[in-house]
Amino acid sequence: MKLRLLAAALAATVVLPLGIANAADLEVTHWWTSGGEAAAVAELAKAFDATGNHWVDGAIAGSGGTARPIMVSRITGGDPMGATQFNHGRQAEELVQAGLMRDLTDVATKENWKGIIKPASLLDSCTIDGKIYCAPVNIHSWQWLWLSNAAFKTAGVDVPKNWDEFVAAAPALEKAGIVPLAVGGQPWQANGAFGVLMIAIGGKDVYQKVFSDKDAEAAAGPEMVKVFKAADDARRLSKGTNVQDWNQATNLVITGKAGGQIMGDWAQGEFQLAGQKAGTDYTCLPGLGVNEIISTGGDAFYFPLLKDEEKSKAQEVLASTLLNPATQVAFNLKKGSLPVRGDVDLAAANDCMKKGLDILAKGNVIVSTDQLLSADSQKQMEDLFSEFFATPTMTPEDAQKRFVDIIAAAD
Amino acid sequence: MTGQANAGRPNQLLRNLHAKIASIPMILTAVVIFLGGTLWTVFYSFTNSKLLPRLSFVGLDQYERLWAAPRWLVSIQNLAIYGVFSLIFSLVIGFLLAALMDQKIRFENTFRTIFLYPFALSFIVTGLVWQWILNPEFGIQSVVRSLGWSTFTFDPLYNPNIVIYGILIAALWQGTGLVMCLMLAGLRGIDEDIWKAARVDGIPMWKTYLFIIIPMMRAVFITTLVIIASGIVRVYDLVVAQTSGGPGISSEVPAKYVYDYMFQAQNLGQGFAASTMMLITVAIIIVPWAYLEFGGRKRG
Repeated sequence: MKLRLLAAALAATVVLPLGIANAADLEVTHWWTSGGEAAAVAELAKAFDATGNHWVDGAIAGSGGTARPIMVSRITGGDPMGATQFNHGRQAEELVQAGLMRDLTDVATKENWKGIIKPASLLDSCTIDGKIYCAPVNIHSWQWLWLSNAAFKTAGVDVPKNWDEFVAAAPALEKAGIVPLAVGGQPWQANGAFGVLMIAIGGKDVYQKVFSDKDAEAAAGPEMVKVFKAADDARRLSKGTNVQDWNQATNLVITGKAGGQIMGDWAQGEFQLAGQKAGTDYTCLPGLGVNEIISTGGDAFYFPLLKDEEKSKAQEVLASTLLNPATQVAFNLKKGSLPVRGDVDLAAANDCMKKGLDILAKGNVIVSTDQLLSADSQKQMEDLFSEFFATPTMTPEDAQKRFVDIIAAAD
Repeated sequence: MTGQANAGRPNQLLRNLHAKIASIPMILTAVVIFLGGTLWTVFYSFTNSKLLPRLSFVGLDQYERLWAAPRWLVSIQNLAIYGVFSLIFSLVIGFLLAALMDQKIRFENTFRTIFLYPFALSFIVTGLVWQWILNPEFGIQSVVRSLGWSTFTFDPLYNPNIVIYGILIAALWQGTGLVMCLMLAGLRGIDEDIWKAARVDGIPMWKTYLFIIIPMMRAVFITTLVIIASGIVRVYDLVVAQTSGGPGISSEVPAKYVYDYMFQAQNLGQGFAASTMMLITVAIIIVPWAYLEFGGRKRG
């Protein structure tokens, strides 16, 4: 018994140069449950288990909207997990302010997160009152149009190179019995698609003015009229999608039943899992092929304040494991997202990821809406756009009027 | 009244002491959790609490925003449609089934089991089953189309104008079995002699049901009404499983608004305001009814 304990302790010291001899079970909650996502999170678990600790998987099905309330009520209700996923931004803001989250500043300074995490805005959204409360793991951008090459071949038209060509090619797709644009029924999908159209059609300035400065005048302006016009097109093209989840909608594109989908780069994990190849089986257009700009939202892990000392130590280990270069590469290749550190080698990345890395290197980035808007404003926008996409009788003018109200009231 | 009783019998408080002690936990639960929780919710609905409750009062702002929100108005409208129809249909269908069952038919046990069986399923399972049945790709529509009617369209869950009826169908399928059983129990409680007397007088069967049996089953009807009504106000899981409020916001219900704004939007104040409105709605229905039901009896 004693011998075995000693051996375990020795083994742990070998693996952990930080000198932590105690291993602990850490429950990690997240909402990565689609095929590609599950494969990616398994990489994180593997890396953490290799440190001698144990990753207890706490996957919550049903995407962020379902999972976040469960996570928040567990933390506020006094049953915190070891670590939990949130999106970069303001989702955990109040939990931090209420003192329920753990300060990671020590780990961050020791490992020089300030120097390695690119773009810096990621770490900024983890920082509240000068202290760092989360470990970013990836960069996800919303601004992608995924196209099925097979669907366009069936319809007898070339694969479009931008949004306008896509809209022009739509009648041919419809004639071939293919839904031009797949938009799932979950409210955040319609909202996200609108955000993408806003960057692509309206441009960076309008986006900044409306979401960052909450400028109601800009929201009512002529640039936004164009965006709502494009949203009207998207609504018309998405008629007949009849699926709920985003990965079901992606699956329509994979199987050639739909022409394309506006979805974040997490959709890429699904294409990869289905054995499809970027360029030959599917095409990706960042910024809808109009404005090649990507937003740098993504996922971060937050660590609730725990009483158990061993678990607290394991939290530090997990935080540093997540940002380890090897973990970053393995995880992000499976997830289809971009790594948060600029100094890792992504030679194995496919065409679409390389396009993303290029845009990132050029600095054509914007801060994501998760970081700019409160959950409350986002929910109101979700309500508005899910209604807009499902109600053909709602005019773009009406929708814009309500959009202006939401922006005017946003905090 | 209490004072008088105390004067007559000074140990009034100590009567049935064991029973009183035994019920203390339940009384505490009711007062602290139900009443206390309700008051707390109403109180905080006047603040601008976000993710965590905080005491900064904003007056009636949350209520103004609530009644200006299109989604809340749609929710209220849906609840009204769903409520009225599910009340009428589950009572009518439930009673008809029970009356048919009461005709001394063969295999009554089997039928009763079949009709009651859906009630054993949760709303989530019911919702998923009906989501599939009503799905145009592989449900009723595709079956009928494959039989030759190629233009047949039946997709209530994907049509914003009728989606609430799609949910109603599933709710009726799940709930009428229970109503039937309650009614059947009521019918069995009617004395056989009343039937014989009606037959001797030559009253047709439907008239006997309508004018004699139903008035005699008043108590059963009230029990059933309460059970159905409480199910209507808190309808949530069925909607989540079948449509999750879609298409768009056309099948939203108040309970879902409360949940979404409290937890997803991290805006407790707004959620509390909505749940307070739900409480008031229920009170408006329950109070006059309770007054008639119990107040009337005391006078008579």
